Amino acid sequence: MTFEELIQLAAEEREKQAAFQHTIRVCVAAGCLSTGSDKVVEALQKEVAARGLKTTCQVKGVGCLGLCSVGPLITVDDAYCRNVTPEDAAEIVDRLGDRPAERLHIASEMPFFARQQKIVLENSGVIDPERLEEYVAADGYHGLLHALTEISPAEVIAEVTKSGLRGRGGGGYPTGLKWSTVAKADGGGQKYIICNADEGDPGAFMDRSVLESDPHRVLEGMAIAGYAVGADRGYIYVRAEYPLAIKRLRAAIRQAERAGLLGNGIAGTTFNFSVTVRLGAGAFVCGEETALIASIEGKRGQPRPRPPYPAESGLYGQPTLINNVETFANVPPILRKGGAWFASIGTERSKGTKVFALAGDVQNTGLVEVPMGLTLRDVIFDIGGGVPGGGFKAVQTGGPSGGCIPAEYLDYPVDYESLLKLGSFMGSGGMIVIADTACMVALARYFMEFCMSESCGKCIPCRVGTAQMYGLLTRITQGQATAADLQLLEEISDMVRNTSLCGLGQGAPNPVLSTLRYFRNEYEAHISQHTCPAGKCKMGADLAQEVA
Amino acid sequence: MPLDFAKPTPPSEDKRWKVVQATMRRNGNHHDALIETLHTVQESFGYLDDDALRYVAAALRVPLSRAYGVATFYHFFRLKPAGKHTCVVCTGTACYIKGANQILDSIQQAYGVKPGETTADGQVSVLTARCLGACGLAAAVVYDGEVAGKQGAAETLNRLQKWVEQ
Repeated sequence: MTFEELIQLAAEEREKQAAFQHTIRVCVAAGCLSTGSDKVVEALQKEVAARGLKTTCQVKGVGCLGLCSVGPLITVDDAYCRNVTPEDAAEIVDRLGDRPAERLHIASEMPFFARQQKIVLENSGVIDPERLEEYVAADGYHGLLHALTEISPAEVIAEVTKSGLRGRGGGGYPTGLKWSTVAKADGGGQKYIICNADEGDPGAFMDRSVLESDPHRVLEGMAIAGYAVGADRGYIYVRAEYPLAIKRLRAAIRQAERAGLLGNGIAGTTFNFSVTVRLGAGAFVCGEETALIASIEGKRGQPRPRPPYPAESGLYGQPTLINNVETFANVPPILRKGGAWFASIGTERSKGTKVFALAGDVQNTGLVEVPMGLTLRDVIFDIGGGVPGGGFKAVQTGGPSGGCIPAEYLDYPVDYESLLKLGSFMGSGGMIVIADTACMVALARYFMEFCMSESCGKCIPCRVGTAQMYGLLTRITQGQATAADLQLLEEISDMVRNTSLCGLGQGAPNPVLSTLRYFRNEYEAHISQHTCPAGKCKMGADLAQEVA
Repeated sequence: MPLDFAKPTPPSEDKRWKVVQATMRRNGNHHDALIETLHTVQESFGYLDDDALRYVAAALRVPLSRAYGVATFYHFFRLKPAGKHTCVVCTGTACYIKGANQILDSIQQAYGVKPGETTADGQVSVLTARCLGACGLAAAVVYDGEVAGKQGAAETLNRLQKWVEQ
């Protein structure tokens, strides 16, 4: 497909969409599907057909609409409706063109919707993720063909560098710099692109939603990266726990290949790019880039020391570019609208937007995309609606390697540097709100159990250290620990953090260190008074069995 | 001169091995395809037994130790058959906050099975997952492949009760 044909296809599809007076969009991403949104689609289609409105009203399944807590969600033209059941279908179709019934309607002025700024999720909840045409009509693949036919690879990298985009997987490494390193690497020809979709952080589901809602965007980003660095093969490493994302991704790859937007000689140029899906198999450590590479090679997912970095020696020993799903999803709009446009959003050092998965003890759970630099208070209380029926205690960001941030820092902006300063980190974007009924020591123990069982066992500080820390935390939650145990816990934390091989071990002590920093009194209450201030821990109870 | 390896024969006449062979062929029978192939075996047979591991290792020409190492390293692979029904409780952070542990405790109290175990009558396997990505609907439980949101101990025990009574 040439650029002209693409523009033609986009125009045709827009015309087709414009012919409908009304559009009902039903979220069919995993969250709403589990509340039965597929039945809602069927019921609505039946009602529309029964009234002979098929030519004027279309009903389609779309990606994530964001507010998972009140699913199934639908939009009728511009109005949002919540908790829709198949029984509501007749009424919804009857009221087309009018305001939806009050019990279903959610005001789109509510901060949850109004304060978001969508770049990565611009098509989520708008287009049908299973149709290439709709993505193209939303300017999809325009960035890729613009790059291929109008600018050089060096100019693509310059544009990405100018945008100030940083890796969205957690580390925040400047994307443009990474790309230019791979572009400069001499691999004797073969280079690879890897998209890291092994979203292992519990409490994070941004990548799943992007893949389910707008899979072509990620493919386009990867192809642009391939052109920029000189790679012709790409791999997407997806968790096997995301069957729907895998299905839609595979369908998208087939569609793009058929349309000549992936494969050989894309858009009549000499550029070739193919994408292969590889399934993870449930190992958290595979989110680490060298472990992920080992897993793609069919081995156990164990990391190796760096350097050499994958940019020099990655998959099969060749130069490899690894970026996260959300990073790739940011690339097409940067190419389309320019790096300067992207750089105008966000803070001085953290550009653009970030998608967060709001979960835990918060009113509006779901997916939000906000400009970098909004405060935690804005995200949790204004957008998230605060803690239902209780007080706020902390917010956990960055998954098992992140930390807990208490109420007094709620006015800190959300960006890479601020979160690091608070002893947490951005991570992939999970944001779990914790109400004041939770015990922070038990929470630290929960994360340590996670890291202990997910440790790959290759390096001793992580394998043994996490088990020791878990044992100490268990003693504390049982009220059997001494002050010396607390000191030992801190010493081991320091050792594990500084001597582990990869990010899993280096980050494992973070939940302990951050809770010690902000909630030390809770640890001390467990130790000196043998009581749990939150009343969650069974003192003296025989939890020791679990350790064995 | 290339070495001439005999092509191993599948452990049985079962048609499902054709599917497994197709996966290996699609990946050029290359040893990289080990994880992909094991996924196909588990999809087709429900779990990985010794014969399957031996066969896949031989067909892809990887040492049996590596096949076994991979099969045991990744949580997703099962080496034992699952029960007739499976109940996967998500233990991600959001679900933990919303009481996933209470669900597991109540199952253990009622049926005496811990995560990873199957009831003695082979009816129900209880498993845990490290986050299903359905955090907006915590706590999440997957009943026979179907995700259900906002679950508590009572809802889960109800579902299991129905399975057991069948």
